[in-house]
Amino acid sequence: MTTGRAFVYGDDIDTDQLAPGQYMAAPIETLAAHCLEAVDPAFASTVGPGDVIVAGRNFGMGSSREQAAQALKALGVAGIVARSFAGIFHRNAINVGLPVFTADVGGPIAAGDAVKLDVAGACLVNETRGGTIDLDPLPAFLLELINDGGLVPHLEKRFAKTRADARVQKESRV
Amino acid sequence: MPMTLAEKIIARASGRSAVSPGEIVTARVDLAMIHDSGGPRRVEPILKRLGVGLFDRSKVVLISDHFVPGDDEAGREILDLTRRWAAEKQVAFYDGVGICHVVLPERGHLKPGMFVVGGDSHSPTGGAFGAYMFGVGATEMAGVLATGEIWIRVPETILIEWRGRLGDGIAAKDIMLALCGRLGMDGGRYQAVQYTGEAIESLGMQERMTLSNMAAELGGQTGLIAPDATTAAYIREAGGEPGDISDWQGDADAAIAEHHVLDAAALQPQVAAPHSPANAADVDAYPDTPVDVAYIGACTGAKYVDLERAARILRGRKVASGVQLLVAPASRRDQERAAADGIMAVFEEAGAKVLTNACGICAGYGNARLGEDITCISSTARNFKGRMGAASSRVYLASPFTVAASAVAGRIADPRPMLAEGGPA
Repeated sequence: MTTGRAFVYGDDIDTDQLAPGQYMAAPIETLAAHCLEAVDPAFASTVGPGDVIVAGRNFGMGSSREQAAQALKALGVAGIVARSFAGIFHRNAINVGLPVFTADVGGPIAAGDAVKLDVAGACLVNETRGGTIDLDPLPAFLLELINDGGLVPHLEKRFAKTRADARVQKESRV
Repeated sequence: MPMTLAEKIIARASGRSAVSPGEIVTARVDLAMIHDSGGPRRVEPILKRLGVGLFDRSKVVLISDHFVPGDDEAGREILDLTRRWAAEKQVAFYDGVGICHVVLPERGHLKPGMFVVGGDSHSPTGGAFGAYMFGVGATEMAGVLATGEIWIRVPETILIEWRGRLGDGIAAKDIMLALCGRLGMDGGRYQAVQYTGEAIESLGMQERMTLSNMAAELGGQTGLIAPDATTAAYIREAGGEPGDISDWQGDADAAIAEHHVLDAAALQPQVAAPHSPANAADVDAYPDTPVDVAYIGACTGAKYVDLERAARILRGRKVASGVQLLVAPASRRDQERAAADGIMAVFEEAGAKVLTNACGICAGYGNARLGEDITCISSTARNFKGRMGAASSRVYLASPFTVAASAVAGRIADPRPMLAEGGPA
């Protein structure tokens, strides 16, 4: 768990702002350099590992393009805490291993505050102001997906187990 | 136990006799639709890494529409890769013949009761056919292609009832913009939106598709319309088999989370101001708003019915001087039908420029992207800042009637006076 800074945004941050259409054919590093530039031109060049996005309602509304979540992950963002998420973005974030939590955030956190996101404990520690914000816990299987690093490593584990089980069965038949 | 249409479909797909809202279940998918942008180029590396093939190639449909026609090298490479993958995997493939959400049903792939995922946020379009269809990202799609299954939290059903009939000059797009304005972009709470009422029942399938499609703009997971004789007739004509539609009706006593009742007869043409579909208001809220570009395109605004409506305005009229009218018919079939009916000739005579059957500038792809400070009125689904071009461009959303009327007037205009007076002599 790394201490980072809070980047605070409002409601309705959409996927076109997170992953602008004109860079969709480009590698994720190129796309990530333009992440949120329409809202905050300094974001991509200042955000770094351990930083946390704190936002309002309906974060990630719009497209199914998961580059919206991947760009944030590529920039080192530790997670997102929002009042609510758009459904597809929420699924995408978890699938690429980016922690996302809903919470009634607001008053006790400001842009630039030193914060630490505790995924397992489902809380956001504010080191600048003191205090801890409780986050709505994720269902166990979604937390497992995040802990595995996303859907692909999770499925790798699953397929490896299936193959191992099949091998054991085959050997026991011999 | 009484169940909604959404619950019945999910129960069947998850192998249960019944499901309740809030339960998380694993469902088998009946069909997976992917396109060139989020499809092969994104899913194949994951399938390779997992060391698996497709769960069932007969249940996968691939459609190229986002990078079509391949305006630059990167786009052409993506299209080439898409074609190679389609040939290698031997999946159903529609290459450059239109937008996925329009092509999938027009080729008979959808039927009531199906549980379907699409690699695009506007996949709720399938709900118009009584299928539970929703959009997912590329990684999740790769998981579906590998396993044939996906988790779903059984949604509540939000019933949206439109009583009465729409007036002339009012379209499904007006219904949706009004709903976005009223309920907000997260009014659907990622639950199942279901449309009902006389106004909905009287609509043809292409208009219903616009309603289901834009359940995405309401933040719903899907947008269902219970199948009826109109649905069955469309599916048969498309070469599909509708099955027994009586199986796929919600029970009258099923629990509904929200029930909104609206009056179709009172609905005015709607326009959504930049930069959100939720900024919708009656068309007369925008007096003297000049436009530079009018765009009739996208899955929600350039199907045959949309072209036909725009042509009713444009017949015998010209696009205002200084205004560019761009028309990108949503599918080749719809364009061919429009050409046969004289509609494409109307566009040409009015001074419109016709673009490829693809997503085009709706999603910021292609050469026609909006430049700095351009004001556009568009029949598309979304007007997020910078989506269709420069961040300084401004996009107003409206029905094809209103977009065409605005192209003629050179400013945002109510289409009804033009419809009432007919074409100039």
